[in-house]
Amino acid sequence: MSSILIIVFGPLLAAIVAGLGNRMIGNVPAKVVTTGALFLSCALSWPIFLSYIAGTAEPTVTPVLQWVHSGSLTFDWALRVDTLTAIMLVVVTSVSALVHLYSWGYMDEDPDQPRFFAYLSLFTFAMLMLVTADNLVQMFFGWEGVGLASYLLIGFWFKKPSACAAAIKAFVVNRVGDLGFMLGIFGTYLVFQTTSIPEILAAAPGMAGSTIGFLGHRFDTMTILCLLLFIGAMGKSAQLGLHTWLPDAMEGPTPVSALIHAATMVTAGVFMVCRLSPMFQTSDTAMMVVTYVGAATCFFAATIGTTQWDIKRVIAYSTCSQLGYMFFAAGVGAYGAAMFHLFTHAFFKALLFLGAGSVIHAMHHEQDMRYYGALRKKIPLTFWVMMAGTLAITGVGVMGVFGFAGFYSKDAIIEAAFASGTEHGQLAFALGVFAALLTSFYSWRLMFLTFWGKPRWADSEHIQHAVHGHHESPDEETSHDDAHAHHAHGDGTAGYHPHESPWVMLVPLVVLAVGAVFAGYAFTHAFISDEGFWKGAIFYNEHLMHAMHQVPLWVKLAPAAVMLTGLLIAWFAYIKDTSIPAKFVAQFGALHAFLYNKWYFDELYDFLFVRPAFWLGRVFWQKGDVGLIDRFGPNGAAWAVAQGSRYAQKVQSGYLYSYALVMLLGLVAAVSWVMVR
Amino acid sequence: MAGFPILSVMLLVPLVAGLLCLFVEAKAARTLALVATLVDFVLGVLLWANFDIGGAQWQFVEKVPLFAGFQWALGIDGIALMLIMLSVFLMPICILASASIQKRVGEYMAAFLLMETLMIGVFAAQDLYLFYIFFEAGLIPMYLIIGIWGGDNRIYASYKFFLYTLLGSVLMLIAMLWMVHEAGTTDIPTLMAYDFPVAAQTWLFLAFFASFAVKMPMWPVHTWLPDAHVQAPTAGSVILAGVLLKMGGYGFIRFSLPMFPEASAQFVWLIWGLSMAAVVITSLIALVQHDMKKLIAYSSVAHMAIVTVGLFAFNTQGLEGAMVVMLSHGLVSAALFLCVGVIYDRLHTREIDRYGGLSINMPKYALFFMLFTMASVGLPGTSGFVGEFLSLAGIYKASSVVAAVSATGIILGAAYMLYLYRRVAFGDQKNADAAAMPDLSLREWLMLGPIAAAVLWMGVYPESFLAPMRADIAALDARLSRAAPAGDAHLKMGEPKPAAGHADHAGHTEEAAAEGEAH
Repeated sequence: MSSILIIVFGPLLAAIVAGLGNRMIGNVPAKVVTTGALFLSCALSWPIFLSYIAGTAEPTVTPVLQWVHSGSLTFDWALRVDTLTAIMLVVVTSVSALVHLYSWGYMDEDPDQPRFFAYLSLFTFAMLMLVTADNLVQMFFGWEGVGLASYLLIGFWFKKPSACAAAIKAFVVNRVGDLGFMLGIFGTYLVFQTTSIPEILAAAPGMAGSTIGFLGHRFDTMTILCLLLFIGAMGKSAQLGLHTWLPDAMEGPTPVSALIHAATMVTAGVFMVCRLSPMFQTSDTAMMVVTYVGAATCFFAATIGTTQWDIKRVIAYSTCSQLGYMFFAAGVGAYGAAMFHLFTHAFFKALLFLGAGSVIHAMHHEQDMRYYGALRKKIPLTFWVMMAGTLAITGVGVMGVFGFAGFYSKDAIIEAAFASGTEHGQLAFALGVFAALLTSFYSWRLMFLTFWGKPRWADSEHIQHAVHGHHESPDEETSHDDAHAHHAHGDGTAGYHPHESPWVMLVPLVVLAVGAVFAGYAFTHAFISDEGFWKGAIFYNEHLMHAMHQVPLWVKLAPAAVMLTGLLIAWFAYIKDTSIPAKFVAQFGALHAFLYNKWYFDELYDFLFVRPAFWLGRVFWQKGDVGLIDRFGPNGAAWAVAQGSRYAQKVQSGYLYSYALVMLLGLVAAVSWVMVR
Repeated sequence: MAGFPILSVMLLVPLVAGLLCLFVEAKAARTLALVATLVDFVLGVLLWANFDIGGAQWQFVEKVPLFAGFQWALGIDGIALMLIMLSVFLMPICILASASIQKRVGEYMAAFLLMETLMIGVFAAQDLYLFYIFFEAGLIPMYLIIGIWGGDNRIYASYKFFLYTLLGSVLMLIAMLWMVHEAGTTDIPTLMAYDFPVAAQTWLFLAFFASFAVKMPMWPVHTWLPDAHVQAPTAGSVILAGVLLKMGGYGFIRFSLPMFPEASAQFVWLIWGLSMAAVVITSLIALVQHDMKKLIAYSSVAHMAIVTVGLFAFNTQGLEGAMVVMLSHGLVSAALFLCVGVIYDRLHTREIDRYGGLSINMPKYALFFMLFTMASVGLPGTSGFVGEFLSLAGIYKASSVVAAVSATGIILGAAYMLYLYRRVAFGDQKNADAAAMPDLSLREWLMLGPIAAAVLWMGVYPESFLAPMRADIAALDARLSRAAPAGDAHLKMGEPKPAAGHADHAGHTEEAAAEGEAH
């Protein structure tokens, strides 16, 4: 029995046990089963990954079950393992296992824990099905499966209207992308007569230069197929235009944000492009679009990230931006760099989210950074791991010596964009460097607002509630403490004492911190410059890899320079002179409002799609079905029959003279007809 | 099974039980109906088990000449087998779902059992007139079910239902008379291979279309369906959505396509156009409904449009996909109406806003409802996906425009179903009476559990359902191949060169095409 079966189906079984068992089996068994299954999967995944690093493994496909056979359209359930899958396996199972463990602490007070853990495991199963897919349809299964899990987890606290709205939004916006994905699969099947990924990739170069009709126009075959599939990737990976669901998805519990909306699910689009890289490679146009979309997203999301106050939203926009990096890396042909950034990003972004969760936990569910401050000494371990995450995302390091994870992966992407030599590559380089400045700024802004400065907790409703509720609880001594709480603490703490999180939350943080520190240093060679590691799992552009090493020194130093600039600006604005942000807002109010309101995308979509949909629905219903079809159809017919019979009734009056008159008139008519003829 | 007239027995069991129901008291009638439908289900399982996949096209054939060329001719192929299975599977569940019926229980059960006989008869009939009788007689029990045991506005709904469906049928009868005169036989398998003159096919097709389009129902002759569903009792809705709507699709696949292939191709844009309109329009209408049953009824119209695009894709994937959508929708919409029924029985309202937060006090119900919601929106792993995916893959071959427009159903479908789910099961509890409703009873478990299992089975391993139909679909596909539309893909190979994008230049269209042809 192959270990991959246990890796993939273990979490499914655990999800079923925990989900259906629910209250029958209780909290602890549900948690033990799901977390145990994930740690088992994780333990089995690392050896697979390491065997690829060592270069001793060969790609395998494990058939599971027949799925659909319809004429020439056939696809089966099967688990494919190659280098690309192996990377995703360790990313998914490691982060998932740690998030499961973390949730023991974070969700400790929740009354609905078995359901939560069942969803987490279900998600992991779907994600694993996605990354082990051997054909496009199974990938689509995983794709929609993670969408379902994401929907359920965003809406986990379903009593909150905002959580329900965010859940529906996530699912529906993703479906827009999935529509593209689905059409892409149909087109691919039509062209290649198969949905098997290896077969498609083998045949793709032969299709270069061919054309195909689509929606009444003719397009380059590979371009249109790649672009349709890429629409799917844009939806899942929250790229510009289809990104609106991701920030709202922060309504879900924080461990969910870490697992699904940072480390794994949202990277599925990048994974797909890399998996299909030989296909994308056949169309310059598609590659150009991928580059532009990625570069635009990386810039756009970073600008929004600089203005948000909600700690999770800052990290969410940061995720969106980092995904943009991965896409433009893929767009310029540096798939290895894209996957490498996906790999390191999973560790440091999960770390940042879980760290933020630890802060939120300490601050009694307050998420607004305006009410944080001075937490460095209060929750030191959280501070230090967040620091590691920040150093990793901003890409701190010294060339040739040592760097944090992002130093290797992000710099590789920026260098590759420059080295690609194309126009869109240059633009991506410029936007990427600028976004790196913004990344540094918003990341340090987050750190400074949270951990430095003076406590600003007193104005927070959550903290007030905590202090208030705390003192009102019956086991407290006297009620005069209440007044004490409000007046005696002029230091901004409101008498609140943040506590460090329990060890089940800290252990995952420390493990992820290790990843954020060393993942780049340890694996940079394998991902970036070792074709033997990939074994053909991605399109390996040797020429580009070579060119990357030849870029001018200023290109290599640019990320470090902007990183320091960003740090400096943040330091000035949030430590040196804290009045600067307010002055900036006063000076550039319109720009700030534009960024703070997320470029008004939600308002635009509401105006363009949501309202018209409901309006049209009402029109089609009231005016169409009721006002037109029913009125002139069945009701009209019934009315006509009723009217007709009323006239017929009048004719049958029973008066002899009227019958005689009709008879006479008829006779006259008949006679005149005969005569005229 | 040789020699045992299993189909006639399957018709007879519910008929006899139905007659008996008229003469016994309520409790006995319920038991009798349940037993009879279960017996028929067991017979159905035997039928499936003994169906020889890859054997003769028509199996379990029974032929008894009656009078004037009219004969008692029964027999099934894989397509009919699957639809009969759907009918006999749903019937016991309907009987279970009728616990809240208190008036005229005996007559009610009799109507349902008669309905079952007629449904099986429709799918098993091999004689044109016999088919017509079953097809039309099916109206009567449903008319009674809505008109007697329905809601407040039941009379209007039942008349609307009756008139709409009858109107189409009259035209179909005239066409049938002409066909029998022309071909000299009432034997359906013979007629399926008979080549009618192309000119005659046109109006024959339209006559049949009038009947099947109403049954389906296709936009814009769908307006009877929301009213009928809203007024019908739960079990009536289940049978209406689960099986009666499938008769339209069955009609297309059994009559219109094989008997009039040229005319089918000729009217393909009519069908596609109406189907596209249905997907978009009825989905949008579903989005703004306040009445649960109306919402699901409108979603049915949208789903049935996927059936028609699949059928009129003229290829294997489209036809098989359409069949799977029919089976899947039969299960899923039935289950959704049962889900509505479960809470209607508790609160006696279909008004969506009266509910909310049911996940709190009815978690098991919420789980089932979620599963069927996801099956309805076509999540992979459920039956809904397999059918939708195959249908759309099929139509994509024929026309990418129709595929793209029809596929918007997956976005709109997600929107209206999740919006419904949110208002019913999510949110906080708003009304004390809704918050006090108990979770599923054992009886309700027995109704929803088997459907849930079937939905997942069909989603994960659809081969069980595709295999019996494969040969029949292949035969139909072969017959249709002479009329099949060419499709709009026209893949043209170019010379191997770096793919320069003509993508964003529509003006280059002819150039690119000319280039392709040159090589």
